[in-house]
Amino acid sequence: MKYPYFPGCTLYTKAKKLDDAGRECSLKLGFELDELKDWTCCGATFPLVNDQHITMSGPTRILADTKEQGNDKLVALCSVCYNVLKRTNHVMLNDEERRAKVTDFIERDYHGEVEVLHYLQVLRDEIGFDALKEKVVKPLAGLKVACYYGCLLLRPVKEIGLDVMENPTIFEDFIRALGGEPVEFPYKIECCGAFQAVHSMDTATRCSRDILNSAKDSGADLVITTCPLCQFNLDDRQPEIQKSDPGFSSIPILYFTQLLALALDLSAEELGFERNLIDPLPLLREKGIVS
Amino acid sequence: MKKKLGVFICWCGSNIASSVDVDKAVAEAEKLDGVVHAENYMYMCSDPGQQLVKDTIAEKGLEGVVVACCSPRMHENTFRKAAGSVGLNSYLLEIANIREQCSWVHQNNKPLATAKAVSIIEGTLDKVKENLPLETITIDITKRNCVVGGGIAGIMAALDLANAGYDVAIIEKEPAIGGHMSQIGQTFPYFHNVPELLQKKIDEVNAHPRIKVYLNSEVEVLDGYVGNFNVTIRTKPAFVDPDKCSACGKCLEVCPVSVADEFNRGLSQRGAIFRYNQTEGARIPVLEQRDCLHFVDVEEAEMDAGAGVRCRACVEACPENAIDLGAIRTLSEEFVGAIVMATGYDLYSPAKMPEYGAGKIPDVIDALAFERLLDPKGPTGGQVLRPSDGKVPKNVVFIQCVGSRDPERHKAYCSRACCMYTAKQARLYRQQVAEGTAYISYMDIRSDSRDFEEFVQAGMEEENLVYIRGRVAKVIQENGFLKVFTSDTLTSRQLEIEADLVVLAMAMEPKAGTRELAKKMNVTIDGDAFLSETHIKLYPVESSTKGVYLAGCGQSPKDITDTVSQALATAGKIQLMFSNETLIADPLIAEVKNDICSGCGICIDICPYGARLMNDFTRISDVNQAVCQGCGACIAACPNKACELINSTSRQFIRMIGDFAGKAEAV
Repeated sequence: MKYPYFPGCTLYTKAKKLDDAGRECSLKLGFELDELKDWTCCGATFPLVNDQHITMSGPTRILADTKEQGNDKLVALCSVCYNVLKRTNHVMLNDEERRAKVTDFIERDYHGEVEVLHYLQVLRDEIGFDALKEKVVKPLAGLKVACYYGCLLLRPVKEIGLDVMENPTIFEDFIRALGGEPVEFPYKIECCGAFQAVHSMDTATRCSRDILNSAKDSGADLVITTCPLCQFNLDDRQPEIQKSDPGFSSIPILYFTQLLALALDLSAEELGFERNLIDPLPLLREKGIVS
Repeated sequence: MKKKLGVFICWCGSNIASSVDVDKAVAEAEKLDGVVHAENYMYMCSDPGQQLVKDTIAEKGLEGVVVACCSPRMHENTFRKAAGSVGLNSYLLEIANIREQCSWVHQNNKPLATAKAVSIIEGTLDKVKENLPLETITIDITKRNCVVGGGIAGIMAALDLANAGYDVAIIEKEPAIGGHMSQIGQTFPYFHNVPELLQKKIDEVNAHPRIKVYLNSEVEVLDGYVGNFNVTIRTKPAFVDPDKCSACGKCLEVCPVSVADEFNRGLSQRGAIFRYNQTEGARIPVLEQRDCLHFVDVEEAEMDAGAGVRCRACVEACPENAIDLGAIRTLSEEFVGAIVMATGYDLYSPAKMPEYGAGKIPDVIDALAFERLLDPKGPTGGQVLRPSDGKVPKNVVFIQCVGSRDPERHKAYCSRACCMYTAKQARLYRQQVAEGTAYISYMDIRSDSRDFEEFVQAGMEEENLVYIRGRVAKVIQENGFLKVFTSDTLTSRQLEIEADLVVLAMAMEPKAGTRELAKKMNVTIDGDAFLSETHIKLYPVESSTKGVYLAGCGQSPKDITDTVSQALATAGKIQLMFSNETLIADPLIAEVKNDICSGCGICIDICPYGARLMNDFTRISDVNQAVCQGCGACIAACPNKACELINSTSRQFIRMIGDFAGKAEAV
C-alpha cells in the first residue's frame, strides 16, 4: 500500500530523524510513503483571519498537486504541516467563497477532494493498533512514556477531528500497542511556547518547564511528540530551565517515530539520537531497549 | 342556490384606511358575485361596529359574511360571536386580513394596496360561499388527573388538584417522591430549611385520600385524548413487600454489593438493596435489580464479588420474610382527564468536561454533590469535606456556566438557577469554614428576582466571596492539590488558583428519557429536548397536546420558586377545565372521504397530535375529533386526496388562490 506523503521543510533539515524513522517504519509495517513530487512549503501557519487568502495558496497548491498526481489521500508527519494542510482542505470543502478566491488566484481546480491524514491516523485507522501490536519485535516493556500532544495535532477540533480535543488518547493507545506504559499527565495538551521561542524566550522556557515538570511528576522516563517545534522547545530549553532551577533533572524528548522504530527493531544508530540535546541512549540502555 | 353575502370593511382608524382606499374597496366589493351589502366603518370591532354587522345580517338576511379587518387571531372570535347572536352560523363568517397582510406592508402604494385588499376580500368571499354551517364538538371529561414526576412540581400540582377535590395519580420513577429538591439542604435567597419544607409536603401527599403515588414507575403507554386519557403505568418489581417490612435494616448489612450511591452523587456507596434516601418515605429498602448479584450472570458473580451463586443474602437475613426475589413488574391503568408533565432535569454529565478533570479527579464534584456535603443527613453529616481525603477544604473554586452558554461545544442556553445556588453554596461554605476562601468563576451574575441581587451582594460583602469574571480553562491535579487555570477578564490577568475542592455548576438538561416520554405523550420538544409550551407568553404551561400541561425543569431550567409557580398554574388550568361538564372543541378539523381512503396509514405517522388512527374493521384511517387540531398535515400528506379540512377544502383554496393571482394590477 502506497500513501502519498508530504514531508515538509523541517523534516528535510532539522527533523530529519522524524522523517527517516517514519519512512523506515512504514516499510516494516507494510506500507510505503510515496513522496509527493515538487512539493513546496506548507506555509507553516494557517491564516487566522478570514480574508487572508494568500497564505492559503501554498497549501492549496500542494493539495491540488496531490489530486492531479492521482491521489485522494495525503499523509503528513509534522503536526504543523498536518494542521495547515488539514485546515486549508477544510476551507476548500466548506467555504465556497474563500475556495474560489484562492483557486482562482493560483489557477487550479480544487474542491477539497484530498483527505489529509496524520501518520498516527494511518497507524490507528488504516493499519490498526492491534495489527501494529503484532508487528512489534521489541516491546518497550517498562518504559514510561509521557505522550505530549501539543496544540496543532488536535485543534481546532471541528476542523482537525483527529481525537477528542480535551482528552485525547490516540498517542497513549499507540504507546500501549508498542508495549510501553503511557503516563497520564495534565499538561499533555498545553502549548510548548511554539514561536514565542523567537521573541520571548522566557515565555517558551516557562511553558516547556511546566510541561516537563508535570511529565516527570507523573513518573515519565521520556516525552514523545509529533511536532518538530515541540521537540525543539522541550529539548532545547532544558539547559535554560536548569539555570533557574538547579534541581531540575533533564528528560529526553523523542519523536514518536523513533520509539516506533525501536519497537520494530530498527538500529538505534540510524535514528539520529546524536541530534537530541538530551541524550536518550543512557535511559534506553538502562531499560534494555537499546543494547 | 346563491348565498346572500355581506362585506364589512374596517378602517382600523388610519391603520388600514391610510393605505387602502376603503370607499373604493366598498365600491369594488359591491360588484362582486353574490354581494348584497358592502360598507366600511372606522372601527368595526367597537360596539357600534359590531352592532352594525349584527343589524345588517338580520335586516338583509345575510347568509355569509366577510369582515375585512385585522388578523383573525385578533377578532375572528368577536365577529363570529356577534354573527351567532343574530342567528347566523358562526362558521359562515370569515375574516379577510387586510391589515397585517396588506395595509401595513404596502404603505407607499395606495392603488396597489387597495387592489390587493379587494382580491383578499374576493378570495375570502369565495371561501365563505362554500363554507358549511357547523356545530361545535362536545367532549366528556374524566375529572381525574395524572402527574408524571414526583418532584416539587409534581407534588405541588397534585396537592392543589387533590385539595380541589379531584383524584390524582403521581407517577414517580424513583423509589421516593421529592425529586432533586430532596438532595438540597437550604434554598436561596432566605436559607430556608428544605428537608423541613419538603417533608411537610411529602407527608401531605402521602396522607391525602385523593392522591395515589406510583413509585418506581413510568408511563408505558398513553392512549386517548383531552378529557379522556388512558395511562398505562409500568411499575418495577416490588422485591420488598412494604406491608411486611419492618425497616429494621438487616438486609442492608448483609448485601455484598457496593456501588456508587446515585442520590449522594457518588459521594457514598450503597448495596444492591438500599434506602434510596434519608426521607421518612424511603425507610423501606429497595432492591436495584441491575446491581443485585442474584440477577447477574453466575460466573460474573463468582468472579467479581465471590458472593457465591445466586446470592440470597438479604432474603435469608430478613426476619419478616418481606423480600421476594421472584417479584415481577406490574402494569396498572389510570383513566384521567388531564396530565401534568413534571419530569424534571438531570445535571449535564461532568464527564463531558474532560478539561476540568471531572470523573477523574475525585475533588472535582458537581453542584448537587456539594449539596449532599451540606446536608446534615448526607454522607459527611453536613460537613464540607473533600472526597479524596476527608479534609476540610481551605480553598474552594466554584465554576459557573459549566456546559451552559457554550453553543459550540455544549448547551447554548443559560441554566438560570446556577448563579444563585452557587452564591448560596459559597455562602454556606464560608459560614461553615470561617478561614476558608470561596472563589466563584462567573460569566455574568444573573440575579434577577426578588431579593436575589441583595443575596449575592451580601455574599460578597459579608462572606467575602471572591468573584472572578472569566471562564476556567482547565483544572488539573498536582501534588494533591487542584490547580485551576483561569483569567480575570476585568483586569486582563491570567490566574492560577490552588484549590482543595472544585464545584461545577453543571448545565441542567431534561431528565434522561424525556425525548422518548415526550413521544409517548405526543408532546413536542425543542432542540435540547425540553418539553415545548404552546406559547411562551400566553400559554406557558400548555403543551402541544390538549389536556397535557407542563411544569418545572422538564420545560426549561428554573429554580424552585418558578417551578412551583408553574406547577400551581397547571393545577389552576386543570381546575378551569374541570369546572365545565363537557369540553367544547372547534369543528374545523380533518375529515376523511371513506370511499377514497385506501388505508395506507401515511396520515397516522404524519399527525403531530396522534389524532389519526386506523380503524381495524374498515381499514380506513379515522379522525379523532377531540384530538385533531386542524393543522392540515394529513391533508398535504394524503396521496389520494382522501382527507379534507372542513371549511378549508382544497377546492376552496384553489379558488381563493385563483382570485388572488388574477388581480395583480391596480384597480
